[in-house]
Amino acid sequence: MLYINCPHCGLRSQNEFAYGGDATIKRPELNKEVSDQEWDNFVYLRKSPRGKHLELWHHISGCRQWIKVERDTSTHEIFKTYKANEAIK
Amino acid sequence: MQKYSVFSLIKNAFSDHQNWEVAWKDPTPKKEYDVIIIGGGGHGLATAYYLAKEHNITNVAIIEKGWIGGGNVGRNTTIIRSNYMHDENGLFSEFGMDLWRKMSQDLNYNVMFSPRGIINLAHSDAQMNAYSRRGNSMRLNGIDAVLLNRDEVQKLIPMADFSDNVRFPIFGGLMQPSAGTARHDAVAWGYARQADSMGVDIIQNCEVTGFDVSNGKILGVRTSKGEIKAKKVGLCVAGSTNILADMLNMTLPIETHLLQACVSEPIKPLLDHVVTFGAGHFYCSQSDKGEMVMGGDLDGYNSYSQRGNLPTLQHVLTEGIAMFPFLSKLKMLRTWGGIMDMSMDGSPIIDKTHINGLYLNCGWCYGGFKATPASGWTFAHTIAQDRVHDLNAGYSLNRFSTGDLIDEKGLGTKTWIS
Repeated sequence: MLYINCPHCGLRSQNEFAYGGDATIKRPELNKEVSDQEWDNFVYLRKSPRGKHLELWHHISGCRQWIKVERDTSTHEIFKTYKANEAIK
Repeated sequence: MQKYSVFSLIKNAFSDHQNWEVAWKDPTPKKEYDVIIIGGGGHGLATAYYLAKEHNITNVAIIEKGWIGGGNVGRNTTIIRSNYMHDENGLFSEFGMDLWRKMSQDLNYNVMFSPRGIINLAHSDAQMNAYSRRGNSMRLNGIDAVLLNRDEVQKLIPMADFSDNVRFPIFGGLMQPSAGTARHDAVAWGYARQADSMGVDIIQNCEVTGFDVSNGKILGVRTSKGEIKAKKVGLCVAGSTNILADMLNMTLPIETHLLQACVSEPIKPLLDHVVTFGAGHFYCSQSDKGEMVMGGDLDGYNSYSQRGNLPTLQHVLTEGIAMFPFLSKLKMLRTWGGIMDMSMDGSPIIDKTHINGLYLNCGWCYGGFKATPASGWTFAHTIAQDRVHDLNAGYSLNRFSTGDLIDEKGLGTKTWIS
């Protein structure tokens, strides 16, 4: 069981959350010419590192806020959690 | 190589089975090979075997960071099937079914292939329609498919929940009678033994730490046992693909996720088929030892841990009990987890790369085990001829940018959310 410290609600079990994937992926800007390669990178390509991974989680059975979690993908250790709009340190 | 037969068994019984030849050697790596296969799992071993057998390329090394067969080929639920709707998947898998049927003879190793049939349960009229469409597509590709109504399903698996008051009543199912199971470790060992006998070096406990690439061409690999040169290198490392891709500065349409499976305590023979639950993600078969072999959902977040988490297991078994209520009375014997190379459309990649002499085999998602022989066969062809075979032409790396996805389940890019 993972325990995720929601920046809005405090420590909760993973059962309350839904996973949202890599949080470092940036959607290409709106109203801008987007190349196939940029779109490909955004939609399909992922680094999927072993080790530290910044990811999105949705506190769906809690405050319903999206949050960012820095977690180790091989040990599941959670280093830090952030609000969705918070700067990553 | 010593041939395995009833006569060799009797002969060796007289010496208390102390004089069997080793099944494969433990060589020190040479300085250079024609082909290096990274990953001594089912796919890597099969690739080396078919390189030697079909293409006469025997100056081959398999490099494995742990021990052969210690990854996903030893961590699956042993299901073999070709019940796919899309041509690319159907034709590829059905080619594999032929190799499975001949495998024990071909490898002189009993892989205990048991074509017991797979039944996908349907729980609504819409699902029956979808299965009918899939079944027809399968038959057009020469794959056997039978649409079963509720009564026919009940005759085959009377232990399923056919009572009136259930959340997901069984409407019927789609059956592929020729599908089945095989002894997974024997597949790895059988391929390893034959590949070794034809001159392939199986190098275990040897981790790849980097690649030598110059002017867009692969020159060799750096390993924990030193540098090894190679004209061609093939990657067959499933859930570790992204780690190696990172060393090559490649980013792939793959995420690594954990998939769990478990077995119950052994019980008397009860279930003759492989059965999948249609209203969630759960499947079940009974091993020859009598254990119920079960699996289902991914843990749901990127993971390299090779060890599962209980909430997912609980979720999967809840579905299991909805399908087979008797499962609630059984004790769990073992659980395990393997790391899956989840591709963005749910279908695999067997292709060349932008680096000359570097070949990629990955993206197997939930279906790596059953693909072992066809994957090895087509990957060997791709490496030996430096071009893809018709059977794996659809499994290209660039299909994500061209839009030629093989989206078997219509799930889009997040195949792990189902």
